[in-house]
Amino acid sequence: MDRTKIDLWVGVFVALGMAALLGLAMKVGNLTSSKLGETFSVTAAFENVGSLKPNAPVKSAGVVVGRVGSIAFDSKNYLAVVTINIDKRYAFPSDVEANIYTAGLLGEQYLGIEGGGADEPVVNLKNGDKIHKTQDAIVLEKMISTFLFSKASETNGGAQGSTAKATSDAKSTELGDAPF
Amino acid sequence: MIKSNLLIGITRILTGIGHRMIERIWRLGAGARLFFLTIIYSGESFKRFHLTLREIYFTGVMSLLIVIVSAFFVGMVLALQGYNTLQKYGSSEAIGVLVALSLVRELGPVVTALLFAGRAGTAITAEIGLMKTTEQLSAMEMMAVNPIARVIAPRFWAGVISMPILAALFSMVGILGGYLVAVPLIGVDDGAFWSQMQANVDFRLDIVNGVIKSLVFGVACTMIALFEGYDAPPTAEGVSRATTRTVVISSLTVLALDFVLTSFMIVI
Amino acid sequence: MTNNIVQIDNLSFGYKGRLLHKGINMVFPRGKVVAIMGGSGSGKTTLLRLIGGQIKPTKGEVRVGGEIVHKQDRDGIFKLRRQMGMLFQHGALFTDLSVFDNVAFPMRELTDLPASMIRDLVLMKLNAVGLRGAHALMPTELSGGMARRVALARAIALDPAIIMYDEPFAGLDPISMGVVCELIRSLNDALGATSIIVSHDVKETFLIADYVYFVADGVVAAEGTPDDLMQSTLPFVHQFVHGEKDGPVPFHYPAANYQTELLNQASVR
Repeated sequence: MDRTKIDLWVGVFVALGMAALLGLAMKVGNLTSSKLGETFSVTAAFENVGSLKPNAPVKSAGVVVGRVGSIAFDSKNYLAVVTINIDKRYAFPSDVEANIYTAGLLGEQYLGIEGGGADEPVVNLKNGDKIHKTQDAIVLEKMISTFLFSKASETNGGAQGSTAKATSDAKSTELGDAPF
Repeated sequence: MIKSNLLIGITRILTGIGHRMIERIWRLGAGARLFFLTIIYSGESFKRFHLTLREIYFTGVMSLLIVIVSAFFVGMVLALQGYNTLQKYGSSEAIGVLVALSLVRELGPVVTALLFAGRAGTAITAEIGLMKTTEQLSAMEMMAVNPIARVIAPRFWAGVISMPILAALFSMVGILGGYLVAVPLIGVDDGAFWSQMQANVDFRLDIVNGVIKSLVFGVACTMIALFEGYDAPPTAEGVSRATTRTVVISSLTVLALDFVLTSFMIVI
Repeated sequence: MTNNIVQIDNLSFGYKGRLLHKGINMVFPRGKVVAIMGGSGSGKTTLLRLIGGQIKPTKGEVRVGGEIVHKQDRDGIFKLRRQMGMLFQHGALFTDLSVFDNVAFPMRELTDLPASMIRDLVLMKLNAVGLRGAHALMPTELSGGMARRVALARAIALDPAIIMYDEPFAGLDPISMGVVCELIRSLNDALGATSIIVSHDVKETFLIADYVYFVADGVVAAEGTPDDLMQSTLPFVHQFVHGEKDGPVPFHYPAANYQTELLNQASVR
């Protein structure tokens, strides 16, 4: 094996390694997607962000339009302030709603931007704006506890006897509707 | 009589253990010394970088096939097994994440290091052991050529350079293998496979840490192979034993180091 | 400056307290072929390693070109070794390099000669040992005698002042032996070098050596020109030179009395 041939093979080897690393960085990792190019950032306040994390996707109609920049605690209002970086290619009306959703039952949480456009004339969001309408993350424990609470009152209603069935039925429907 | 025999037996076992421990510690010290000498004389060997290139060819390029083929199968198996479990929880889209994270964080660096120990490590040990047995190292020394600079250092750096490249290739090929099983075969959505992966694999936390791991494994595996060869008794039996030891010690070291490194990385 | 390029004074060397050499004195004059002879395990090869500075003496000193070898630092020893060429027992050719590259190795490693000049020099050296045509072969493709000759070409690659031969005749067929024998003498004279031969092949060594040292039991047991030694009446030299089975060098490794050992089984474990 002469020297030039070895050099060639080593060159191929190193190039393959570089390509693999580049592939890992671009295609597998979030190096590219976390750099959206030109973005503008807006803020939104939530009472509870659940397990939303920086760099989580921001989606509108299921399309990733940006990333969560930072999550900070506002000690004046006791709210979580989320900075959202949105790709400059997309424009949203200023009255959109920011919701925190969970992908699947156990999946990661992401931010959804929805609705808006009701005000006339439409004013688009710009850098530094604040999204006023927000909906908190659904915290599973809270949901379960409300559900259990409602179920408990339902069974209590049933135990009062058949004479009061009509009233209890009405009561339980009322209670059942309440938590959600 | 029986009692004294028992006592003698126990003493013999204890001294045996003691001798072995001392031997181990002695070898550890000798290995560390070789490591430092290798670093010190690396400058000399870098002046003739084609020597290192040549060794990259023998350690890295020659390990390509085994690494790529294993990676492909590992990726495919991961996807199959992962899908089997994930679909029970209705999150089969997460299969991309599962495959990618397992490979990038753990399997890529670790399995590559194990394969490297078996393929390149044994070759290094056998070659150097044989060079010692046939007095080639002595001959070099008598020619006023430092064998550590001429023989050990180029192989060391070749191993250290090759390992991360092989590990990155392993991860990438494994992910492609997983993709082939998950998307065309099982029917997981193509976009979900990649987007879930991209959303959950962090460049610094996962990929860079994987590369750091493989660098450390590269240093450990190559150094163990070199030391075992350099220290092998100059007989056929000595070299064959040293070769076996290379595989055993490298594998154990890689697994133990993996635990240590992972615990560091997870805390950070 | 004395005429002795290598001088060994009152040299003792041993491993772990067991002395292999017990006060050896030898001189190696310039331009001569000097042989060190002795039975297997008498520490002949170790003497070469001591001259090359690969190991340090327990006591006494080795001077090469007037410098005390074991007092040199690494650079000093390397400088001394550049004047030395050594032929190892089995050639010790680099198995991953071709014949050409083996001979070129010391030139490439130790000099800044241009490639074209190295090429010419290598072919010259190979021509001197009659193997110019084999320059493209790998060491594994060579016979034992050819490998020895290539190693010889490599040992003289940098025209050393001292050439050391460790068992140059061991394991060779009679023809190769004759060739190597002839080469050692002619190269020594052509290069004006000093040759040190370690061997136990009496016939070949006596043919080319100017002076012979006999080493036994860690000391120089006899010395002289080959002719002197052939006539020697010293029982050890006589036994060695004429290859007798038993004599002062016993056939048996020191052991307990044969009869007692056979009868008393417990002593052998």
